[in-house]
Amino acid sequence: MSIITTASTWIIPCIILLVLLVATWKKLPTYEIFVEGGKEGIKMAVSLLPFLLGMMVSISIFRGSGAMDAMINFMSPFLSVVGVPSEIVPLSMIRPISGTAALGMTTELIKTYGPDSFIGRLASTMQGSTDTTLYILTVYFGAVGIRRMGDALKVGLIADFIGIIASIVIVSIVFAP
Amino acid sequence: MVNLIWASMAIIGIVYAMFNGTMEEVNLALFESADDAVTLSIGLISVLVFWLGLMRVAEKAGLLKQLTRLFKPLVIRLFPEIPKDHPAMGYILSNFTANLFGLGNAATPMGIKAMEQMKVLSGSDKASRSMITFLVINTSSLTLIPSTVIAIRMQYNSIAPTEIVGTTIMATLVTSIAAVTVDRLFYYRRVSKSKK
Repeated sequence: MSIITTASTWIIPCIILLVLLVATWKKLPTYEIFVEGGKEGIKMAVSLLPFLLGMMVSISIFRGSGAMDAMINFMSPFLSVVGVPSEIVPLSMIRPISGTAALGMTTELIKTYGPDSFIGRLASTMQGSTDTTLYILTVYFGAVGIRRMGDALKVGLIADFIGIIASIVIVSIVFAP
Repeated sequence: MVNLIWASMAIIGIVYAMFNGTMEEVNLALFESADDAVTLSIGLISVLVFWLGLMRVAEKAGLLKQLTRLFKPLVIRLFPEIPKDHPAMGYILSNFTANLFGLGNAATPMGIKAMEQMKVLSGSDKASRSMITFLVINTSSLTLIPSTVIAIRMQYNSIAPTEIVGTTIMATLVTSIAAVTVDRLFYYRRVSKSKK
């Protein structure tokens, strides 16, 4: 499975190469465009701050008090039967509801278990591989005044569930010891 | 919902600490994590500025348009109810490619325009088949490079911050295929129900 991890380290530099080659070929002012677009990144990071802080504080109270461990210990006998690590349960529950809240949880998991641990890799993969179902449905249907959502919510949540299972399976296989 | 989860984690934590004598740990965790969150958010600037800057260059270089052309044959098959050259199709394609590049801010307006066009097509306030397909694909996430997650991994000294790109793309692919499949199944169920 080293192909996938090698591909992972190659993909970003290759994208950078491709983008800069094409842009230079088209005689674009690459540096100026880059700076202009980059400004958005500062805004984005700053606007994430209160979300991350709020969520991380709340989770760390939950974890620091020992309540999180109690919950994990309670759930793990049931979940380990099907191979689901219980540390990941709070994240998978909040992922469809709030993107920034999930990011806060992912961060907390990476911090607690380490980015290169199984849980750290799994949380990273889960965070990237599904999106905030509830938020997306609310924003898009709300914007055009659709009141009856039909099967959209059901289908979205089923897909999220499959995504969580897929993340666990894929991370277990790719990073098998 | 988020409000409830957020508040109850803190409430349960504090009450739990009252009975288990871990109040000291709670205090420590509280201020430490607040401090962490600030350091982290500032640290995120590095990757976000670089990635969003580069993606702006990609956009101006017409790479998004190229990708749009590449995906068109596939996307047309996903939306049988939308005529091939209808503006809705163009907006759907732009939304998908912007998402692939991680340009969330560009993707949302395109997506809303796509929804408006689809509403024109269906002419009712009920979610149409195309709308459901479109949103379900959106909720399964299409991001190619999870730049924020990479930035967080860097902040916590990962030896290989980008090693999760491959697994993320694979998981995204599985989720998207699952979303489309489940969407189709539900559609056929609706059709057979209305026949009865």
